[in-house]
Amino acid sequence: MKPKVAFFDFTGCEGCQLNKLNFENELLDLLAHVDLVEFREAMDETSDEYDITFVEGSITTPACVERIHDIRRRTKVLVALGACAVNGGINAMKNIQPIDAVREAVYGKDKYRFATLPAMPVSAIVAVDHEVRGCPMSQPDFLQLFKALVMGKKPPTYNYAVCVECKLSENECLLTKGQVCLGPVTRAGCEAICPGVGQACIGCRGFIEDMNQEAMLNILTEKGLSVDEARKRLQLFNAYEVAV
Amino acid sequence: MKKNLDINVHHITRVEGHGNIIVNMRDGVLEKAHLNIVEPPRFFEAMLKGRSFTEAAIITSRICGICSLGHQITSLKTTEAALGLEVSEQTILLRKLLVNGATIQSNILHAYFLAVPDFLDAPSVFPLIATNKDVVLRALRMKRLANDIADIVSGRAVHPITPVPGGFTRIPSRDELLHLKERIVTEGLPDAVETVETMKALADAIPQFERETEYISLTHDDEYALYDGDICSSDGGTFPVEDYLNVTNEFVVEHSTSKHARNKREAYMVGALARWNNNYTRLTESARDAAETLGLKPQCYNPYMNTVAQVIEVAHCMEESICIIEELLGRGLKAEKPNQIPTRYGRGIAATEVPRGILFHDYTYDNRGQIVAANCVIPTGQNLANVDADMQKLVPEIVNKTKPEITHHLEMLVRAYDPCISCSVHILDVEFKDS
Ligand code: SF4
Ligand code: SF4
Ligand code: SF4
Repeated sequence: MKPKVAFFDFTGCEGCQLNKLNFENELLDLLAHVDLVEFREAMDETSDEYDITFVEGSITTPACVERIHDIRRRTKVLVALGACAVNGGINAMKNIQPIDAVREAVYGKDKYRFATLPAMPVSAIVAVDHEVRGCPMSQPDFLQLFKALVMGKKPPTYNYAVCVECKLSENECLLTKGQVCLGPVTRAGCEAICPGVGQACIGCRGFIEDMNQEAMLNILTEKGLSVDEARKRLQLFNAYEVAV
Repeated sequence: MKKNLDINVHHITRVEGHGNIIVNMRDGVLEKAHLNIVEPPRFFEAMLKGRSFTEAAIITSRICGICSLGHQITSLKTTEAALGLEVSEQTILLRKLLVNGATIQSNILHAYFLAVPDFLDAPSVFPLIATNKDVVLRALRMKRLANDIADIVSGRAVHPITPVPGGFTRIPSRDELLHLKERIVTEGLPDAVETVETMKALADAIPQFERETEYISLTHDDEYALYDGDICSSDGGTFPVEDYLNVTNEFVVEHSTSKHARNKREAYMVGALARWNNNYTRLTESARDAAETLGLKPQCYNPYMNTVAQVIEVAHCMEESICIIEELLGRGLKAEKPNQIPTRYGRGIAATEVPRGILFHDYTYDNRGQIVAANCVIPTGQNLANVDADMQKLVPEIVNKTKPEITHHLEMLVRAYDPCISCSVHILDVEFKDS
């Protein structure tokens, strides 16, 4: 029997979902091997049980918490898709501002009208079996994982830096050109796509496990950032992990 | 007949983001008819506070994946206006190419994947793979082409990489652009023509419904305004983009985490149909022919025709893209470094016609080049009051249909606007009091 596959979105930009619709040719091949049972952005149908569930977006409200527990109960395998789901991503930047001030600034006297929690990765609430990192999640990475799951194999994981992939691609290092690149501490798997087109890595895939935060901050301040700016740069996609 | 009706569509499908449709009728009197936005607010203002001008576009791009190019380009123009950064002709041409590509990409996604299933009575595009394979393959081919424009010029279709304040980190090569042009000529143009034919065959399924409203878009003397222009209202008048607050007049409503907008009337509409109504004379000739084939006439008051206007824009943008590439190649591509040396620090305002309508960004920078205040007015937010006004006129007109039919009409109406709900709850519009 074909595995039942579902997609769910929480708080995010839906860029990861869109990236999937962008597979085009591969999408059709992939769909032949699975039974797509729920994908609100593209279809009307729903289902009660799933073999493989992909979850995009962060957990940011009490309603999100309830929904993710419910999904976890009904699925065999749960995959976090994209930075928002894997490590809080860009949403977690709101966590580093005092929450009451944030709400008051936006809603004024109605600041408690909409319940909100700090932005959290899916794994902060329920067990996550696999992850596809990146903002947006990278397509080749997703395809590889999806195929591995469908074939019952172990998907790849990456715990080395973007710099490794960047050097393999023989890019000219942007740090030596005075730019502030987070490649030395960011997890690989994107084939160093940004430095490949002349843009510094901004850390969207999260950091490697044994990252040396102090050393990275030193590199950034040497390139001319203030300590505050350097910290904020590290926090762009990683505010959930990098303390203020 | 005094009818009672309760419709509650929880998390409407095939739209971007989370919204509910709520309709209540008691004894034939419509008490409520609106689109309820329930997407969790994202608090982008907290994210932008104190951020460097090099990070603003990276952050605002993440307001919405579907509109990421539009947010990014608008953000860059805003930052450049605020910091007095001049950009080259080449940069503007490359950005225009991106905007055309993004319009094709988004309009195709909406028309084929989200709207056409309604016209064919299918719950999604997936069953159509079996029944209408050539149509689905064509849709995928067109999306691929539009994505390739984005990949080649900006490094990535979702959250582009190379566009930065002052220019691009990488310029596409001559060969890449030549190849792209070749594909638009041999694939893109014929596919756009076929799309018009497909749409014509489905035109009977488009509901007949009219409600005149105010249509707001950019307008430009020399071109069909997408990248730049002045604000234009169908009720008369053009205004500089800097005066946008006098036009958008956002207000908070009870039933939505997204703000609403109104100008001269209770509501106004933005997007492809508004652009068509305001600027149809500046479309290419073949796009205007396509409009005639599809029965779209100037001053069209049927919101369901928004999808048709999108299809016509696809034909236009294909031709435009060819012209832009020819101009770029004719001028000769130059390797340029982005101009990132501010000449002033202050407030900047910019607008772009993104696929769903006119988008405004407005930032104020301090003299370290860090953001102290920001405001974004999003197309979907501007349309929400108009969607509600449409529903309030539509429900009594179709009240004798069955409840599933009424629900279906309402869902189709919401989808016709191609709403982008993630965008509409960005919540950026705030002065930071403590800075
Ligand atoms: S990870 Fe990035 S692309 Fe994916 S949903 Fe979050 S913001 Fe969007
Ligand atoms: S450009 Fe960035 S990712 Fe590449 S080698 Fe240099 S620091 Fe590492
Ligand atoms: S290079 Fe860095 S910022 Fe770019 S995709 Fe890879 S991890 Fe993300």
